[in-house]
Amino acid sequence: MENRTFYNEILTSHNLRPLHKHDVPDANLELEGLNPSCGDHIVLKLKVADGVVEDGGFVGSGCAISQASADMMLDLVIGQTEEEARRLADIFLRMIKGKVTEEELEDLDEAAALRDVAHMPARVKCAVLGWHTMDEMLKDALSGNGGQPVSTETE
Amino acid sequence: MTSEERRIRADFPLLMSDSTAYLDNAATAQRPACVLDAQRDFYEHSNANPLRGLYGLSVAATDCYEQARETVRDFIHAASEREIIFTRNTSESLNLVAYSYGLSHLKAGDEILVSIMEHHSNLLPWQMVARQTGAELKFLECEPDGSLPRARLEAGFSPRTRLVAIGHVSNVLGRTAPVEEIVQMAHERGAVVVLDAAQSAPHMAIDVQALDVDFLAFSGHKLMGPMGIGVLYGKEALLEEMPPFLTGGEMIDSVTRTGATYAELPHKFEAGTVNAAGAVGLAAAIRYIQSVGFEAMERRELALTRLAMEGLKQYPFVHVLGSDRPEEHCGIITFTVDGVHPHDISAMLDSDGIAVRAGHHCAQPLMQYLGVWSTTRASLFFYNTEDEVRAFVESMGTVRRRMGYGE
Repeated sequence: MENRTFYNEILTSHNLRPLHKHDVPDANLELEGLNPSCGDHIVLKLKVADGVVEDGGFVGSGCAISQASADMMLDLVIGQTEEEARRLADIFLRMIKGKVTEEELEDLDEAAALRDVAHMPARVKCAVLGWHTMDEMLKDALSGNGGQPVSTETE
Repeated sequence: MTSEERRIRADFPLLMSDSTAYLDNAATAQRPACVLDAQRDFYEHSNANPLRGLYGLSVAATDCYEQARETVRDFIHAASEREIIFTRNTSESLNLVAYSYGLSHLKAGDEILVSIMEHHSNLLPWQMVARQTGAELKFLECEPDGSLPRARLEAGFSPRTRLVAIGHVSNVLGRTAPVEEIVQMAHERGAVVVLDAAQSAPHMAIDVQALDVDFLAFSGHKLMGPMGIGVLYGKEALLEEMPPFLTGGEMIDSVTRTGATYAELPHKFEAGTVNAAGAVGLAAAIRYIQSVGFEAMERRELALTRLAMEGLKQYPFVHVLGSDRPEEHCGIITFTVDGVHPHDISAMLDSDGIAVRAGHHCAQPLMQYLGVWSTTRASLFFYNTEDEVRAFVESMGTVRRRMGYGE
């Protein structure tokens, strides 16, 4: 009955009533994240100026975990520096691997509701899709590369 | 649980020890104790490398292996045991036909006809043959309910059709293909028919001579045999003139520095040490099916399918793919739910102790054709119980509420 609590109100409300599932017309960064075998698909858009994530949004479709996770992520990173956004992504990705401290979990706020995905190997790629896409996007922006869609299916 | 259900399930150690309602039978079946015992018995009493050794144990191993082949021959009513080739699974059987027959017989200008309902196993080998030979791959398109009426067949066939590869029963829609009609149309045009019986062999009696198919492939594991053993049936005259698929040990008569003469059928197509214990286990599974009887299995599967489909009908948000008639589903019920992703449905049912499949079911072209990205599939077998089906239907009633929709 573990999953009964897994699909908790935090997760389902981010899935059904996402705050950030919309286009961002003045975004200057955009990257597609796609897991072809399960059909999770997002296009993540961020407006980054002077090293700060000023605005962000995503469009797409997929399972509740993939969509809610992306929404929770944007809740956290909008208004933060790029550096802080990548630090949070690092904590989230480690949380999903079960390698995180309680203090670090507090920094994830509602996104910590997905910590049990660590025990659901089949759903890890869904949970990390948004985070991995953002991380790649910010890393690419720094190095001047990028633009190729990313996937978390091979992880 | 009824007394009949209790009696059947007593044959299956996993069903006795695990409380999961296992509704993923189209992926693989559970195994009765007699299959596990047969494999163990082979290793405990008859194990040696079959077909080669000249000592007693090897002869015993060879006997076990060849008796298993005879059991399979009888099961599908083939004319000769030379027409029964053991492989690892349906995929390998189909690849054998594609690489050996396909590459040596097809050429540019020829057409390969497959149905849009094919499992990737019966599609990718033909894509490969088309790429390598220049033959054209054409699709038989089904009606939304999975049927293939005459007009659809006529639209697919042409005078240049040389090979037709068709699934006997769709692993998504559960619909049975009109094999007799397809075989007749193919043979009229000089084409051979490859029948993928992976989903049909566990559910219905098959007579390869009555169907007159040229090749037929199935896996052991879906009909309660071990994983890693499969069968290819081919008409002897076709197999005889085909080149080997894999080469190496146990498939030769003699070898020189530069060449070899190949062994007789069926050994020509069984390179390397064979899976004798797997074949023995498969034979035990076949005997088990024969002891239960397809008629009894079908009666139970139909009653369970009817119960499930009737139950799902009460939910307007559940949409079952394929025919409305339970008897046209072969125990396979694939569906979508408004607003809830199949992976979430599967996870919620899992938490209720119910195992179903979610995803594209290795049939992406069919999914695209039907306009769905992914679906959930419950697939029933004769050992499932009415209680399991009721629990499944009940859980399905809760999935939208659990995902936060007010009902």
